[in-house]
Amino acid sequence: MRSKARKHITKDELTARAVLLPTVILTLVFVYGFIIFTIYISLSASKMMPSLTWVGIDNYIRMFKLSHWMTALKNFGIFGVLYIGLSAAIGLFLAILLDLSKKAEAIFRPIYLYPMAISFIVTGTAWKWFLDPGIGLERIVRSWGFAAFRFDWIKNSEFAIYTVAIAAIWQVSGYIMIIFLAGLRAVPHELIESAVVDGAPIWKVYTKVVIPQLRTAFLSAFVILGHMAIKSYDLVIALTNGGPGRASELPSTFMYSYTFGRNQMGIGASSAVFMMVIFAMIIIPYLRHQVKEE
Amino acid sequence: MTIRETIRINGLVMAIFFLFMLAAAAVYLIPLYVMLVNSFKPLSEIQGGNMMALPKAFSFNYWYQAWATTNIGVQATGLRPYFINAGMIVIPAVAASTIMGAYSGFVLARWPFRGDKLVFALILFGCFIPFQIVLIPSAKVLGLLGLSGTIGGLILIHTIYGLGFTTLFFRNTYKAIPTEMIEAAQIDGAHFMKIFRLIMLPLSGPVFAVSIIWQTTNIWNDFLFGASFGNATTQPIMVALNNLVSSSTGVKEYNIHFAGALMAALPTLLIYIFSGKYFIRGLTSGAVKG
Repeated sequence: MRSKARKHITKDELTARAVLLPTVILTLVFVYGFIIFTIYISLSASKMMPSLTWVGIDNYIRMFKLSHWMTALKNFGIFGVLYIGLSAAIGLFLAILLDLSKKAEAIFRPIYLYPMAISFIVTGTAWKWFLDPGIGLERIVRSWGFAAFRFDWIKNSEFAIYTVAIAAIWQVSGYIMIIFLAGLRAVPHELIESAVVDGAPIWKVYTKVVIPQLRTAFLSAFVILGHMAIKSYDLVIALTNGGPGRASELPSTFMYSYTFGRNQMGIGASSAVFMMVIFAMIIIPYLRHQVKEE
Repeated sequence: MTIRETIRINGLVMAIFFLFMLAAAAVYLIPLYVMLVNSFKPLSEIQGGNMMALPKAFSFNYWYQAWATTNIGVQATGLRPYFINAGMIVIPAVAASTIMGAYSGFVLARWPFRGDKLVFALILFGCFIPFQIVLIPSAKVLGLLGLSGTIGGLILIHTIYGLGFTTLFFRNTYKAIPTEMIEAAQIDGAHFMKIFRLIMLPLSGPVFAVSIIWQTTNIWNDFLFGASFGNATTQPIMVALNNLVSSSTGVKEYNIHFAGALMAALPTLLIYIFSGKYFIRGLTSGAVKG
């Protein structure tokens, strides 16, 4: 087979491969080579500079003994669950509403989606002011006469991570809405019609007929949200900068501060590898499914 | 056909839904509104008054200061030089990644070879990775190339890590072009480059728009690479903005911060307002099989 295929290779096919080559080489070096490099660093005694001295899994063991890392992991758990769950719920709900009226869609869809076009640094900054008890929401509500109103989560070690989740959900839910809106458009109308003819109330049409048809959209939404959750970085920097103290650190901010701030490159690399593993667990089954389906 | 035509919802319920959508719109718009009104107020009005109130002493002054005179780090330059930095990074990186993506997408869509699906999957995987995994080696390689802390280094990094998306956009578009058109051209004796130029390019307007808008938005909004590989003079806009708003010295000049943040958001916001259709196509093509 092989020699036959080689004999039949045309000049055009050769050109095609030559044209693709730079992209392939750059991807192999800068994505896969670099991943391997980072894995190696995570197994080395690197501090301020990369070092080749092999230390096995020492960095991982040390990392899991650090209270900073445990805080980052716990925060990632809280943030991830809220971010994925609530963004999907809000996105689906908004999509169902917009799907009911073309006019409403034309007006509201651009409004719900615009945060996705703006940098997390900008939206993080806006939310930081808005959530600041001194000048933001708390103060406005107090000025309306509710003198006892308190909303100081952003300054509270225990609740700061929830403010990161609020801002992140606000930013991404419009995107998830778009995914569900496309899914809703693809639900076969005969199914809905027969449910309506059978006399099912509206909410039942949705819970029993429409939503179960959205499996692909749910899958897309969870993959998008899952990989965005592990990558969340800029928003934390702009909103809380990991604080107060280190209370709202995520694995991404931990990685940056250990690698570039504290000169613990081995541990920083270990946290990057941890992020990569979570990411791969989310995305590889999905990519395989996508590519296979063609 | 919308679902509304199938299920019957009475007017009152629909009115309640509409009010709900209106309330949701307010939630999405409030942060933008707060920034806008307060970017025109003197500081005393922000500290003493209500964040939601319209300015009493309206002034463009804070926009001017954010642009040209406020302190970024230790330099009293305003955001202007960092706007220019971001522009100098965006233009070549968008052009290079889009052109390379167009050719790569063409090959992957139209010139099958053994293992082409695997190659596509490997490229695709690369565009979604958490970039923390490449930060350490990137810093090292940029150092070896003498590109640490330079605009050139950031152009290189953004071009490479944008290739996955641009290849995806073009591959999906070119996959949908009827085979007959290409075969007819081949019978007429057209070769690789000619087919690309005569058949693919004329049909590529929309996908170029998607690719350019997606890459521009992503690179303009980048923080992680800019913070890692830029320095005090080469940092792009988002890094400078973060330095401005998080600086802890002196009085917090909220009005200037708001003006600066809006200014930094303006280019991508304008792209979104005028070409939202293409932006949405970029957002969904990574998610829903294009």
